[in-house]
Amino acid sequence: MASPRMIGNIIAIAAIAVAIAAIAVVWRPAIATIDPPAPQSFDSALVKRGRDLAAIGNCSSCHTLRGEKDFAGGVAVPTPFGTVYSSNITPDPETGIGRWSEAAFRRAMQSGIDRDGRHLYPTFPYDHFTNVSDQDNRALYAYLMTRQPAHAPARENQLSFPFNQRVLVAGWKLLFLRHGTYQVDPEQSAEWNHGAYLVEGLAHCGSCHTPRNALGAEKARVPFAGADVDNWHAYAINNQSPAPVPWNAEALFEYLRRGWHSEHGVARGPMAEVVRNLSEVPASDVRAIATYMADMFGAPTAERKRRGDELLAQAGSRSPQAPPANGNAAGASLYAATCAPCHAAGRAPPYGGIDLALSTALSAPDARNAANIVLSGIRPEQGEASPIMPGFADSMSDDQIAALLNYLRAQFSHRPPWTDVTGTVRDARRTQTVSLPNPPADTTQRDKP
Amino acid sequence: MMTLKVNGQDHQVDADPDTPLLYVLRDDLKLNAAKFGCGLGQCGSCTVIVDGKAVLSCVTPLLLLEGKKVTTLEGLGSIEAPAPIQRAFIEEQAAQCGYCIAGMMMRAQALLQRNPKPTDEQIRAELEINLCRCGTHMRILRAVHRAGRLMQTADASPAKGSIQEGSIQGSMP
Repeated sequence: MASPRMIGNIIAIAAIAVAIAAIAVVWRPAIATIDPPAPQSFDSALVKRGRDLAAIGNCSSCHTLRGEKDFAGGVAVPTPFGTVYSSNITPDPETGIGRWSEAAFRRAMQSGIDRDGRHLYPTFPYDHFTNVSDQDNRALYAYLMTRQPAHAPARENQLSFPFNQRVLVAGWKLLFLRHGTYQVDPEQSAEWNHGAYLVEGLAHCGSCHTPRNALGAEKARVPFAGADVDNWHAYAINNQSPAPVPWNAEALFEYLRRGWHSEHGVARGPMAEVVRNLSEVPASDVRAIATYMADMFGAPTAERKRRGDELLAQAGSRSPQAPPANGNAAGASLYAATCAPCHAAGRAPPYGGIDLALSTALSAPDARNAANIVLSGIRPEQGEASPIMPGFADSMSDDQIAALLNYLRAQFSHRPPWTDVTGTVRDARRTQTVSLPNPPADTTQRDKP
Repeated sequence: MMTLKVNGQDHQVDADPDTPLLYVLRDDLKLNAAKFGCGLGQCGSCTVIVDGKAVLSCVTPLLLLEGKKVTTLEGLGSIEAPAPIQRAFIEEQAAQCGYCIAGMMMRAQALLQRNPKPTDEQIRAELEINLCRCGTHMRILRAVHRAGRLMQTADASPAKGSIQEGSIQGSMP
């Protein structure tokens, strides 16, 4: 017979055990500050590799506010749980990472813990960065610690309770953070493996292209199946790809390197900055990414390949006359008057518009990207040879754009009609973004003139 | 036959609904300020104002203009009585070959109607799609600032009230 006192002791011991376990999960020590290292103390080759890696990691996209100092943070990242602001990753000793040791930087990348020992929100994609090698982290650290320090205090995140409690992130990590998810596959080529290492790690392609679950973690069962991000749709880049012409490694390389491909179109939305960054890194890295991703798309079925070949054979010989309206006379007239002069003129991009039967936007699951592009057009990219398309936001009403999009969908894709296109257009106009990429980070460090 | 309202006047236009506005302005109405540059909406030299907004007339078909008010540079001012935007461009000598300037002025006008005191950054962003091959950008920038200041003085109001008209928000039926 246990006495009340014994029961009390057992409860106390259990409570202590739970507390210890909780602390083991949640608590992380601070890593001691260092005196900011002199920029000259870093090897220049290491810094240069760090620059390439930072471009592959697209760091500037979240850590550089347009028009502000490079890597000074403060970019609002909207999430279903509230807004998280990116941090200052310049070597400013007070507000940046100037007093972080390499070990502290590496821990942040691998485990999402800041120097003080606080859990970082997974908007910082350490679920991917955990795969980055120590050597590459060293290069990234060298690059960041040799940037211009910028004094820019962190902005307060706007998260509702309970998401504003960082301890929750520890639980999220227990559920979703897997270290070493990238493993070399000896069956595959060195190039494929390098591509896998970059895509699953630093390049964190899945952060946008893989759908997320209710807790904001990528659904591991459906990698690259497509997702919505920043008012754009990040297309499926697996065998569910909506691209009318199947992708291959060569096309991917050209697209990622140059920002557009004549058989696929132009990278816009958040992807614009990705390709702008990839235009500046060694070709071998981009080729590796293309090789791995081509494998993720998978070889097209015979039927899909046949249809793609057929579309390519027809492309460029399209009549400027509008195809039959099928009950959408308004859409047909708008197409003939505003789209056909460029898109059915027999000129391949960049001098003409893409043949619309090749457009991924028109075969996408929803009308969002197509609406964004009709509204805002495609702006010229500073310093690059890229296609241009005028926007029609100021000359067409929502209803007119919806009629046009419905017509384009019916004429130029083999998919069922979109639903509530007017609603999509209205929403797109409300959040209209030109989505131009940030200017290149740190122009003084560019190789190119 | 459709009615096209340009610079406060109704015109009966006999043209296909998919005819670009630019062609009608230049060929039928003999309003030659808007220029044909590329014909593809890529250079901005054909810019006019429709219901207060700068649009590219070469890619704006008539069918989008039912019930709307078009303003061209001729509607802002004349050689004898230049509008503030025109005075500013003359005073800053912002034209070199001048081919892009009508479009530049129209887009700048639309910006100033919306925002009388734009920053350099806002002017650059707004005029980004209007190309100038001569490279008078710095003067254009100064001219837009100057026009903004001129517009705020009472005696510099534009001719014929067409700007106020053009700034009224309209929508297609």
